[in-house]
Amino acid sequence: MCAQIAACPACSVAPSAEELAKMNEVVEARIMLSLPTVHCAACITAVERELERAAGVHSARVNLTLKRVSIEADPEVTADDMISLLEGIGYEAHELDAGTLRATETDKRGRELLMRLAVSGFAMMNVMLLSISVWAGAEAATRDLFHWISAIIALPAIAFSAQPFFRSAWSVLKVRRLNMDVPISLAILLACALSLYEVTQSGKHAYFDAALSLTFFLLAGRYLDHRTRAIARSAAEELAALEVPRAERFEGDELVTVPIAELAVGDLVRVKPGGRMPVDGVVTDGQSELDRSLLTGETVPVYAGPDSVVSAGEVNLTGPLTVRVTAAGEDTSLHRMADLVAMAESSKNRYTSLADKAAGIYAPGVHLLSFFAFVGWMVISGGDVRLSLNIAVAVLIITCPCALGLAVPAVTTAASGRLFRRGMLIKDATALERLAEVDTVVFDKTGTLTEGAPELTNLEDFKSRDLQVALALAQASSHPLAVSLAAAVSGAGVEPAELNDLHEVPGYGVEGTWNGETVRLGRAAWVGAKAGAQTATYLQIGTADPLEFTFADHLREGADKAVAALKEQGMKLLLISGDAPVAVETLAKRLGFDEWVAEALPEDKAKRINALSENGARVLMVGDGLNDTAALAAAHVSISPASALDAARVASDIVLLGSDMSPLAEATVIARKATRRIKENFAIAAGYNAIAVPIALFGFATPLMAALAMSASSITVSLNALRLR
Amino acid sequence: MGIILYLIPISLFLGGLGLLAFFWTLKSKQYDDPDGDAHRILSDEWDDKPRP
Repeated sequence: MCAQIAACPACSVAPSAEELAKMNEVVEARIMLSLPTVHCAACITAVERELERAAGVHSARVNLTLKRVSIEADPEVTADDMISLLEGIGYEAHELDAGTLRATETDKRGRELLMRLAVSGFAMMNVMLLSISVWAGAEAATRDLFHWISAIIALPAIAFSAQPFFRSAWSVLKVRRLNMDVPISLAILLACALSLYEVTQSGKHAYFDAALSLTFFLLAGRYLDHRTRAIARSAAEELAALEVPRAERFEGDELVTVPIAELAVGDLVRVKPGGRMPVDGVVTDGQSELDRSLLTGETVPVYAGPDSVVSAGEVNLTGPLTVRVTAAGEDTSLHRMADLVAMAESSKNRYTSLADKAAGIYAPGVHLLSFFAFVGWMVISGGDVRLSLNIAVAVLIITCPCALGLAVPAVTTAASGRLFRRGMLIKDATALERLAEVDTVVFDKTGTLTEGAPELTNLEDFKSRDLQVALALAQASSHPLAVSLAAAVSGAGVEPAELNDLHEVPGYGVEGTWNGETVRLGRAAWVGAKAGAQTATYLQIGTADPLEFTFADHLREGADKAVAALKEQGMKLLLISGDAPVAVETLAKRLGFDEWVAEALPEDKAKRINALSENGARVLMVGDGLNDTAALAAAHVSISPASALDAARVASDIVLLGSDMSPLAEATVIARKATRRIKENFAIAAGYNAIAVPIALFGFATPLMAALAMSASSITVSLNALRLR
Repeated sequence: MGIILYLIPISLFLGGLGLLAFFWTLKSKQYDDPDGDAHRILSDEWDDKPRP
């Protein structure tokens, strides 16, 4: 059997889970990618065909519901290859961590809930049919027979289906507290016990149908809730780590790759161009430039040579560097940033969700009401336990939070489904409610409003001869300014000039000879120019005056729309960035911000947000960098783009899946609508109770009335929630 | 009224069949990707060997 699978994996049409696992262990690596932009049948075929054409890929399967693709491939196929393949045909892709995904993929809990839902639904329908004939006036022996059949169906069904409620109620009762599940469990159990007793006494009323429909509707709410969370969790929290936790260490003259945890202070490590600094340290050898944008928000790379201090997380751009470790592991600045986040989160006042608030009033209320009904009727009837218990159970069933159990999950499912289609993932259950309260929006600049990639601004100012030389020089470097310059110039239809002796001078720029003259493209000081306020690179031909190429950061798609729409909604807008004042001011004016703060340290951002909160503002923080994480955690609610660093994504409540920012404004509108619907739902549920509870209290309630009140309120609440879609 | 002695077991049996069919769909992972399945049927690619 095993050999057969290995010989032809595609032949086994439906391999069992065990076989799949075995196949994974032996030959195949499984890669999971998140695909925020797939939406149609053509997308599925295009993605699958493109991936399966690649060498080493055995099969690819798109899951449109979760917007991801799972790839079975040889171990040497990497996720990065697959991502660039997909980008080639126009699909954005992000890697997901397959190890943690496996748990959600089998999704045992969801399937278990669905199974219980099906059983209770089946039992409810059958018992309802029997009950209708009882309500229609079945008498004596027929009624008893029908009640007995109902009991035989209902009791096992409830014993199986209502287990989640019993378990949850038991776990809170053990610590002497109350939650929504306590009145639910009590109502179900009491209703069953009393009905069984009534049936043995050939009594008139049995509440089996009510107990079952209660279980069914509440399970439906539970399942919706679970599904919403499962989708959000799988995609947002499990995006794989960007940082590779390894470093190249010098051992004698040899370079050995070791895990970061093994590095000690004083070790020498080598950081290749394009690599991320694994540790804090001091440069001992080599010259290069460092991209600090993720750490500080600065867009312009800084020079690094011997004795420069570097910190973990910075990206080395042009030349190889040898770094002496001054702090590794938990002492690095990266780690200190994480501590800052932990602090901000612990000080974040715990938000009580609407559902919890409702449960806080409801759970004790229900118990007290039915207890008083019992005591009251004991007094009135002069000690008739059977009558009093019947009335108490009727009160308990009617007040039981059937519609309340659906009120929140139905709305959040509808709202997060709508947001998911617009490319946003809700990670936290209460994020929608908190988003609805927002009145101030704080933006980060680099990587959030802008793409963190520079764009040439003064292409028209140069002669084609200069452009040809600049292009030839720029193509020789992987520096972000050079790459952007090359793209812009060749995009204008310019051919590169022919240069000799072309080489990169790490930390300074690119040099070559053209028609016997030395030509240079690089830093201001290196070519003898005076650095201006703007981001720029300089071209010098021979001994002529250097020419300045200026750059501006490329605006993220939809950023202007999002900002304008938020402003129109009457939000107070604030731009806080770690970048230089000129760059921040230019962008703030371009987008219409009233207030901006430049050169802000990570601590400053968090402090600023805390100050705003103390003045009563509800702050929405939008950011992506490590320098934003503390601020993201400190804000009332936070959003980060999928391109953000791990730490930022973990700290934020909502993740933007696409690169487009424009859904941001819509999100606040949807959130406000959703909160309004939740409140409406509570009002509807309370309204039904206001009518039904007095009837039950006075002893006029029948099982028919309980069934009607329960079904009608649940359906009204679900329909109201669906208006959001 | 004697007829209900037959009809009730029959209806319960038929309902039970439906329940079992639902369990089968659950076990064979037919709810993992409802959107995808709805769209796949529109794909005009010819495949004589449908994928799992």
